[in-house]
Amino acid sequence: MEEFARRSIRAPGSIRDAGYMAVIEVSNLSKRYGDTVAVRDVSFAVEDGEIFGILGPNGAGKTTTVECVAGLRTPDGGDLTVLGRAPRDPSLRAEVGVQLQESQLQEKLTVREALDLYSAFYPDPADWRALAGELGLDGKLRTPYGKLSGGQKQRLSIALALIGNPRVAILDELTTGLDPAARRDTWDLIESVRDRGVTVVLVTHFMEEAERLCDRLAVIDRGSVVALDTPAGLIERAEVEQTIRFRPSKPLDDALLTVLPEVREVRHAGGRVEVVGTGNLLQAVTAVLAVHQVVANDLRLEQASLDDAFVRLTGHTRGE
Amino acid sequence: MTVFAKLTRTEIKLFLREPVGAFFSLFFPTILVAILGNIKIFRDPSPELNGLRTIDVYVGIAVALTVAMTGLQVLPMVLATYRERGVLRRVATTPVRPITLLAAQMTATVLIAAVSSALCIAVGYLVFDVRLAGNFPGFVLAFLLCALGVFAIGLFIAALAPTGKAGNAIGTLLFFPSMFFAGLWTPREFMPDPVQRIGDFTPMGAGERALNDAMNGNWPNWLSAAVLVGYLVVFGLGAARFFRWN
Repeated sequence: MEEFARRSIRAPGSIRDAGYMAVIEVSNLSKRYGDTVAVRDVSFAVEDGEIFGILGPNGAGKTTTVECVAGLRTPDGGDLTVLGRAPRDPSLRAEVGVQLQESQLQEKLTVREALDLYSAFYPDPADWRALAGELGLDGKLRTPYGKLSGGQKQRLSIALALIGNPRVAILDELTTGLDPAARRDTWDLIESVRDRGVTVVLVTHFMEEAERLCDRLAVIDRGSVVALDTPAGLIERAEVEQTIRFRPSKPLDDALLTVLPEVREVRHAGGRVEVVGTGNLLQAVTAVLAVHQVVANDLRLEQASLDDAFVRLTGHTRGE
Repeated sequence: MTVFAKLTRTEIKLFLREPVGAFFSLFFPTILVAILGNIKIFRDPSPELNGLRTIDVYVGIAVALTVAMTGLQVLPMVLATYRERGVLRRVATTPVRPITLLAAQMTATVLIAAVSSALCIAVGYLVFDVRLAGNFPGFVLAFLLCALGVFAIGLFIAALAPTGKAGNAIGTLLFFPSMFFAGLWTPREFMPDPVQRIGDFTPMGAGERALNDAMNGNWPNWLSAAVLVGYLVVFGLGAARFFRWN
């Protein structure tokens, strides 16, 4: 319930109307490596306190985009500000925590040493013991980095991104390589980070992750933003078809359903009826069934997921 | 403790946790002195060495060896590995600049070379009666000049090497000819004159000669000092020019 309330106040538009400031503003960002254009024209704004997702297939330009935001790369064109400052502004390093993709620590450095060392880098660090506890690393303090599991390494990496008490956390592909249980734990953690008031930018290519965590999403494909919306808004906008399957209690004239604007096709398969369509399909179909006193047995709705929307928006299957 | 001190301490700890590397860097030069000192003819005065014994010369060579091992083998490997693993990039996202990590790593390496050298000198003095440096400040100066010149080359290798393994391989390739000119296999004094003159312009040849001057109670000669500063400037600038953080 609480989650629902949080999401609903973060619908697009409402945040700006309420006068929140943008924590990150990116306009017309472009970046090329030699002849390869990594990012063509990317624009988005991240609002204070939200989890903003950057979603896209591999090689779409997600990492390049966040590396420009993190001040690790110099863009070729466009305007970027982070907390009102240029991304390279040294003062930002204390306020922006970054978890980089494929950035490792020294094999023999223990968890305790890493936390202690990196907390010394910041003017106002978090209590690293508390952070280790929150991330479930308190039993691993004496373990060297090289002996940690993939999930533990990832959690340590997140801890290091948060150790400076940042206002903004940029997390790149943080659950890639984790098993499903570890992935879910990490999601809970990201939500708790947001609940502390940290603005989170999350780069991912996992639809489920984006759908579950993100308040808003930018879908990037071939170096450009192809859509920018809430996960629900993206699914709706993509007009992905849904399918309803049921076993009618008595024979039903197809025409009753095909006249509905939501319905595109009605099929029969072994005593079952399959209705394919868009929009508020379930409501439209059940209303007709009720009027004709048909009971829909074994009713199944195959709902559109962000995955489907993503395929529609980019023309790729995921991971492609 | 300052961030720099904390980083340096961490680098030393990490170095000591690589048992093979730590053992060789810290003890191999001393073991060499101990072995050579046990050979009888190395303890006899030699006319080519103006009456000194071969073991007297080898302590200086062993000190040069600590610099070559740490500067050409350890340093490029560690730094290229840090880049390969993204350690430098991660530091770049914090308020600490990655150059601070580089400086801490170099400081740790100098300290390790100094400890290793002190061991050689102590064993030479206590066991084989090798005299201590006649000009101690001159010896420290020669050691630092040699370390700076060689470490600049190590940094340059780290700047160009794509991986830690490659860094170590390039360093090892340079290590053998460098140590030849420093006299590891045949002390410089026994080399033919043209070879000695070539050696004067190599980093370890110049380093060993500067150390030898100080052992004999003099200040390092100008040529060797100039050669080492030259390596520092050329390779230091080259490393700064080519070093990639990721």
